Amino acid sequence: MLRQLHGLPGLLASLFLVTLAITGAVLALAPAIDRAAAVIPPDGEVSVAELAGRVVEHYPGTEQIVRGRSGGVIVYYSRDGQPGADLVNPLTGEGVAPYEPSAFFIWIKDLHRSFLLDDAGRMLAGVMAVVMLLVCISGILLLVRRTGGWKAMIRPLAGTGSKRIHSELARFAVLGLLLSALTGTYMSGQRFGVLPETSELGPAFPAEVSGGQPAPVGSLSALSDVDLSELRELVFPYPNDPQDVYSLTTSGGSGFVDQATGELLKYQPRAEGSVFQQWIVSLHTGEGLWWLGLILGAAALMVPVLSVTGITIWWQRRRSSGQLPDNADASQADTVILVGSESNATWGFARELHTSLNKAGFQVHCNEMNALADNYPQASRLFVLTSTYGDGDAPASARRFMARLSDFRAEKNLTYAVLGFGDRQFPNFCQFAVDVDVDAALATKGLSRLNAVELIDRCSASQFSEWGDRVGELIGTPLALTYSPLQSATVKLELVERADYGIAVQAPTSILRFKSAEQGGWTKFLPKTPRTLPSFEAGDLLGVMPPHGEAPRFYSLASSATEGIVEICVRKQPGGLCSGYLHNLKPGDHIDGFIRHNPGFRPAIGNIPIILIGAGAGIGPLAGFIRKNASRNPMYLYWGGRSSQSDFLYQPELGRYLEDQRLTGLNTAFSRTDKGAYVQDRLMQDQSHVRQMISTGAQILVCGGRDMAAGVRLVIEDILKPLHTDIETLRAQGRYLEDVY
Amino acid sequence: MKKIVFALGLAIAVALPALAQAREVTFTTELLNYGGDGAYVALYLTDAAGNYQGTLWVAGKKSKYYKHLSGWARGSRLNPAEYDGLTGASITSGRTLKITLNLDDALIDSGHEIRIDTAVEDMRDNRADVAVPLTIEGAGKAVAGRGYVRSFRYDF
Repeated sequence: MLRQLHGLPGLLASLFLVTLAITGAVLALAPAIDRAAAVIPPDGEVSVAELAGRVVEHYPGTEQIVRGRSGGVIVYYSRDGQPGADLVNPLTGEGVAPYEPSAFFIWIKDLHRSFLLDDAGRMLAGVMAVVMLLVCISGILLLVRRTGGWKAMIRPLAGTGSKRIHSELARFAVLGLLLSALTGTYMSGQRFGVLPETSELGPAFPAEVSGGQPAPVGSLSALSDVDLSELRELVFPYPNDPQDVYSLTTSGGSGFVDQATGELLKYQPRAEGSVFQQWIVSLHTGEGLWWLGLILGAAALMVPVLSVTGITIWWQRRRSSGQLPDNADASQADTVILVGSESNATWGFARELHTSLNKAGFQVHCNEMNALADNYPQASRLFVLTSTYGDGDAPASARRFMARLSDFRAEKNLTYAVLGFGDRQFPNFCQFAVDVDVDAALATKGLSRLNAVELIDRCSASQFSEWGDRVGELIGTPLALTYSPLQSATVKLELVERADYGIAVQAPTSILRFKSAEQGGWTKFLPKTPRTLPSFEAGDLLGVMPPHGEAPRFYSLASSATEGIVEICVRKQPGGLCSGYLHNLKPGDHIDGFIRHNPGFRPAIGNIPIILIGAGAGIGPLAGFIRKNASRNPMYLYWGGRSSQSDFLYQPELGRYLEDQRLTGLNTAFSRTDKGAYVQDRLMQDQSHVRQMISTGAQILVCGGRDMAAGVRLVIEDILKPLHTDIETLRAQGRYLEDVY
Repeated sequence: MKKIVFALGLAIAVALPALAQAREVTFTTELLNYGGDGAYVALYLTDAAGNYQGTLWVAGKKSKYYKHLSGWARGSRLNPAEYDGLTGASITSGRTLKITLNLDDALIDSGHEIRIDTAVEDMRDNRADVAVPLTIEGAGKAVAGRGYVRSFRYDF
């Protein structure tokens, strides 16, 4: 519901919203431009009387002096019967430049508030402000739900591509957009009488004036009492009319000044409602608040990008959840697959299962969980594949599942199996599949379990394939499930360099550097095969296709796309299919690879200390982070290997990084040469320093094997105790990240 | 464009009770392409000394902007009774306002003056943008204004 509320108005209105946003961004520059052109004396230095006196010296035919909200002083005068207007220097009264409202800005303003369509357009613009308000509010709620709570809003965001850009930009822009939309709605509502408007007529003209000989304007006492900074407008009396008066408007109110006595007549303070209205206008336009104007303008500039990425997300979601080939009708199917997916990754698994079961001769119906039918008369097997969203909630395509389940009537022989997808690093791993009862709820509906609920960690193709084997046995038909992610269009990579370590200590580990193999040549004009890798950074993953059509294996990247090489650090696993394959490569050999983004594993930006902890090949991405630390933020590396003689990975590089201060401190432990010391021991020895860094907000990134990560967690929990916090808390703040394999 | 039967304000009716002859007068006000928002325009009548006598027409509906038509505002004291039924929409840049009113014969050739005050949002206010005597001889002769008025004429 929230998503429809966010998407539908956004989609329909995007063209108008983009127009409003771009024109708004242009208009937002006006206060800053005006401010830059204006000469602004400090408060209390120039009174209105002094200003008027100086101006009249240079402009005897002055009719009106206006001080703009940005501080510029404009004089409207008449000379030889010709009207004119100049921007003047309030310190001298001299003209600075002729004042002419920019025709461009006037046009843009007209486009902004009425799409050049007068009242009908103004009404449309008002409606758009309301739409914007709805989109902002629903967007904030979506983001809160997605990140898992209000506090989580400021943490690094997960996700990739359009979705990432959309939420990152929105997070930056939403407060500005909300303010613009709210004030715009208010102003429009007032204009069309939906909201009350304080219309201030100002005081009535004085019935009696002294009518005496006019005194020089610079000597009028009422004008001497008003500082220039408070002036809005001073209208001069009609020439040679002794009965006329000066009309004075200040930020506080308005009144008249007798041109002979200088007395303030009929002064009326501004009504509260009118002050409020003025604030609304200022908050919308940035008039008098040029810095706010620039912020609002920058926020508005995000709207075109948000529109494009928003439409892209909507389109991708439509497309990838679309029809499967050979999808049986719900009433005919003997096997049903239901999918709960937020970003559509789970659909890839469902497709594979669907194809595989189809091949085995089953009538398979596959649909999203929200489309749960009231019953499946022919079905005897139900598979539920679901991810978990945010803080253990249902993902988008499963949100209505629980409600629909109450109307669901199960056939007697219907059996089911639930498969959860998630990331074990997050505390709410697969919570929707397990704790929030998809599995249990199905059991209470009288269905019997075909297979106990199982969980797939980080889209692991091998876990999925093992699950397929077990299920295949249970249904008496072997299923060979080979999941390959939808987006894994591979690129040929050529090994250009390798550095081998650790052979002497039975831990052969190599740093492999690849470059994109398919460059130049006429094939680059062929649109089909992608030749270059998408952008990536250290900490992202390289998917490597092992030979013989096995599922890809993932390795953490130690390099960024800007370096022009693809660098990974690989430990040869005993009997490891892919690591063995990589270790046998010679320079010049080719592999097929692709990038999987992993934005959840990045050092924080800013000046807080970063504590990098790793063992063995886990140093890869950590070395990459250090290499990229051009701003010399404090970074400390704790790393464990076997022997300083044999497997000290990246030893020369780390030395250089220490020298040029990309790396602040290095602490190593070698289990074979250092009396059996592990990286945990080094952390323990250094605990007061580690604790001190954590208390100043340090972020910890751990990369390496599962056992090492568990050991490090124990030590860090110990170190945290005196600080009355724990890893769970740091994790929730985005300060404890793990990349574990 | 706009045709209304006009009876000048109570003040004039009282001041000139004996005169009942009236004639139709058309006022044509063409604005310059000044390029801003809709202009607020007040047409009013003064005596020879410039004292306000009555309102002919006010273009622009929002009374909060009326104070910018300062000559008229001062004379009419912004008393709504002075302009009730004599208001219309503001006039877009470059457009022409044409109104037809019934005026007492006694107002013509008696030293009365037609004045026009104009104002535009964020631009200058023009008190007495146009000031012309109301005479038989002056009828049909276009005069230029000082502010936003390109030309003004009245025809009997």
